[in-house]
Amino acid sequence: MSALALDGVTYAYPDADGAALRDVTLAVEPGEFVVLAGGSGSGKSTLLRAAAGLVPHFHGGTFAGRLVCGGLDTREHGPAELAAVAGTLFQDPETQVVMATVRSELAFPLENRGWSPAAVARGVEEAALALGIASLLDRSTRELSGGELQRVALGAALAGRPELLLLDEPTSQLDPVAGDELLAVLRRVNEEWGTAVLVAEHRLERCLPAADRVVALENGAVAFDGDPSAFAAWAPPELQPPVTRLCALAGIPARPATVKAARQALANLKGGLSLPTSSGTNGGLSLPTSRGTNGGLSLPTSRGTKGGLSLPTSGGTKGGLSLPMAIALRGAWFEVKDGPAILKGVDVAIGAGEAVALMGRNGAGKSTLLRLLAGLIEPTRGKAMRAGRVALLLQNPGDYFLHDRVGDDVPGAGALADRHPRDVSGGERQRLALELVLTTGAAPVAVLLDEPTRGMDRGHGARLAARLQQLAAGGTAVLVATHDAEFAAAWATRTILLGDGRPVADAPTAEVLGGGWYFATQTARVLGGGALTPEDGAARLRQQPVEAAP
Amino acid sequence: MIAATHRRRASPLHAARAGVAGAWCLTLGLVALSFEHPLLLAAVLGVAVAAAAGARVGRAVGRALAWSLPLAVVIAVVNALVDRNGVTVVFRGATVPGLGRLDVTAEALAYGGILGVRAVAIIACAALLAAAVDPDELLRAVRRRSLRAGVTAALATHLVGVLARDGRRLAEAQRSLTGGPPRAAARLGVVRAVAAGALDRATDVAATLEVRGFGSAGRLQRAPRPVSRHDLAFGASALGLAALGIASGVGGWEGFEAYPRVVVPLEPRQVVLAVAVAACALLPFADRRGIA
Repeated sequence: MSALALDGVTYAYPDADGAALRDVTLAVEPGEFVVLAGGSGSGKSTLLRAAAGLVPHFHGGTFAGRLVCGGLDTREHGPAELAAVAGTLFQDPETQVVMATVRSELAFPLENRGWSPAAVARGVEEAALALGIASLLDRSTRELSGGELQRVALGAALAGRPELLLLDEPTSQLDPVAGDELLAVLRRVNEEWGTAVLVAEHRLERCLPAADRVVALENGAVAFDGDPSAFAAWAPPELQPPVTRLCALAGIPARPATVKAARQALANLKGGLSLPTSSGTNGGLSLPTSRGTNGGLSLPTSRGTKGGLSLPTSGGTKGGLSLPMAIALRGAWFEVKDGPAILKGVDVAIGAGEAVALMGRNGAGKSTLLRLLAGLIEPTRGKAMRAGRVALLLQNPGDYFLHDRVGDDVPGAGALADRHPRDVSGGERQRLALELVLTTGAAPVAVLLDEPTRGMDRGHGARLAARLQQLAAGGTAVLVATHDAEFAAAWATRTILLGDGRPVADAPTAEVLGGGWYFATQTARVLGGGALTPEDGAARLRQQPVEAAP
Repeated sequence: MIAATHRRRASPLHAARAGVAGAWCLTLGLVALSFEHPLLLAAVLGVAVAAAAGARVGRAVGRALAWSLPLAVVIAVVNALVDRNGVTVVFRGATVPGLGRLDVTAEALAYGGILGVRAVAIIACAALLAAAVDPDELLRAVRRRSLRAGVTAALATHLVGVLARDGRRLAEAQRSLTGGPPRAAARLGVVRAVAAGALDRATDVAATLEVRGFGSAGRLQRAPRPVSRHDLAFGASALGLAALGIASGVGGWEGFEAYPRVVVPLEPRQVVLAVAVAACALLPFADRRGIA
């Protein structure tokens, strides 16, 4: 019996113009790891909600076809009954944790099934140990970071060992480290317990190495169903993992889905292309001049050093010329009363027209640094300096919409003016909110964005990257806090890596993301640094006389 | 409020089971509600503050007290304006059609002050309950009695925190736009947006409750738990407080009168009652064995 089986499922939300799922037929077998791919609005979340029984029992609407989850037909069994066979994890950790302590949260689904107190206690201990959250058991859920919350929510979904796990972009709120840890847990659950996993993700490159199968949705219908390598060969550019795109652009016939497969594909090339095996080396290949350069001019690799850290002492530079400072922090500390020091003597300066990515793990101080630079908070020691108005776009673009009509918040919203902000896609909401912060008040000298690509598909990410480059070219300093190395590589000329409240690296993006371990792009991992994006990597490969192996 | 402030601490009150600790806080609040004598109200308020310190939640209770002070002033002023009892006129107001002359008496002012202090004492007890009693345990108790009430309580307790965070985020977004504190219109807009979004947030939380099996047929089983010394101590304390409150009411020990003239007797029996209330309430905090 399949863990999940859909047979001709068609579904439309109440009052919706069209169907969110169209004649979907697929099966997930026990022990399978299946990745759901597709752009925003393709129906991934709806499919997961249907599998959990929320569609149609919770959301209403029109449902046709048959969906059987763990042997339970969703026409006859509601989400509460399906919870016994399928654990569900949504995107937003805040609304997924319903109890005050971690122990209660893990116990909650078991208690709901009427388990005895002894069985609940054992189930809680085992789930906590399996997920490495035993040390959190007596912590308040309000004190946890996003990554910890997501693991606790996963623990609650896993407690009781369901046959099937349904996950909707579980890593979208997490830094690369926390995201990789979560995926490692999923792999372990899948491999050791035989739990079937159905996971929707925009960042496919994270999940494909673990996947047995990929199902791609397009306008609510299944557009592809096959193994990851077949998916890589089939995928349109906006769904291609970076390594697949690298090979496609370089004219290499193979379409690898993972970094390992890409390395293998390149090693198989006749002509003996020599690739470095460790990061930070160039393997004797000439490097392209795109990332870390601006208009072909070299950017300096440091701005004064202190104790081994790159510390900017003025605004940035372009072509060796000093840029006027747009925003800066000088010896800035931010210490929470009765709490930790979040920033510890940060010196950083961003020049007019610079495009800078700010990276670091969850809790490293990125959001606090942006708030200091924007003047939302003041440093407890040190100084924040601004040459003019600073526009700040916070993590949730929806927070900028106070009215029921987009046009009432964002003048010039065009065709979207009469829509409700909730009914606009995440990417469009992000674009509108960015225009709002840019146009409210005087022209900004700097624009700061906090995690703008959370939950955003690659197409919207590319359009945002182009807009950021346009702003920088117009002389606006751009500083974006992001976990997404692929996104940063697409537009940033400089990257600051924060660790424990201070910059641990501040250098051209090619240097930081090319030589990183977690904070590295797939292309850099394949080519060993020097090239970050598939386009740069392909250009580099084309410089070599390569020929595909027969 | 419960979900928003509870912190696990090493204290005798935290060590007692939620039902007993909650009952103790409620009884203290009811005792405050039954008293009118300023000395006794001050004693209950002092007990609440001392208990908060003993439970190591003084900061949370202090915040609630700070918020309650303006409310106490409003209660005192409103009582002075609307209460026509009392014989010592301190302010002769205008005549309002339908209401008559709005005179303010010293007795109405004094009694308004008493009502204000009582409100502050009750809020302190509620804040203590919110900060020191495990809401998850209380929720379990509610669910055992009624699933529907349990769903409502789970949604409400969790939604308060979610909406508070939404409000903070929306206000911060407005500040980032304007570069300063939001104007009154923007604040109103934030409140409206949070209220409008409450249904969506409630839907999200309710969906989570569903997929965690909240509505399933399984009946919540009671976990056997041995009665601890702290359960016994706070249980006995709550009974003692209730007995003192009832005895005082039935026996007329307070002797307080607000009208027509304020009478605040300060005799040994009032002092003894205040000391008895304080001792009865605070004694359980002296035993700090097994609280971690």
